[in-house]
Amino acid sequence: MVEPETVEQRIRSAMPDVEVVRIEDLTGTKDHYQAVVVSPSFEGMTRVEQHQAVYRALGELMAGPVHALALQTYTPEAWKKKNG
Amino acid sequence: MDEQLRQRIEGILGTHKIVLFMKGTKSFPQCGFSATVVEVLKRVNADFHTVNILQDAELRQGMKDYASWPTFPQLYVDGRFVGGCDIVRDMFEGGELQPIVDKALGRA
Repeated sequence: MVEPETVEQRIRSAMPDVEVVRIEDLTGTKDHYQAVVVSPSFEGMTRVEQHQAVYRALGELMAGPVHALALQTYTPEAWKKKNG
Repeated sequence: MDEQLRQRIEGILGTHKIVLFMKGTKSFPQCGFSATVVEVLKRVNADFHTVNILQDAELRQGMKDYASWPTFPQLYVDGRFVGGCDIVRDMFEGGELQPIVDKALGRA
């Protein structure tokens, strides 16, 4: 189990240029999360590389406390387009 | 990573064009995300090999390190990591998966 604030904080401290982080507890059990991360550093990265960057930020949280993380990553431009 | 383990992983990736490291088997996936990717691969007519990481503790940890990816399933095409469930499903829906599979299987 891990608090959603902890997940957000870990992402923000490892990726200071992140613009939007939304963390949603999918099951109410604090171990299945959905995360939306928007960062200009994703520019030019593949989706795999974008997700790897977030996983790297979360480090050992992914090795136990967080059982599942549905991840959506966007560049600011793609995020703007998605939200029209 | 242990050199012997790396060689083992590269051996698997070198033997099969399309490999899915998953929880359970093709016929009996033991996780919804793994089941989704199996279904997607069937939809694009992929001939694919699966490895049940629930029965192989060494590969279960090894693939996480190899791909810098903490979860399963993990899909590899032509030795390259393509993604997990979310990415593979999005690629399928966006029409990006079929050409990659066709190319790997020499159908392009």
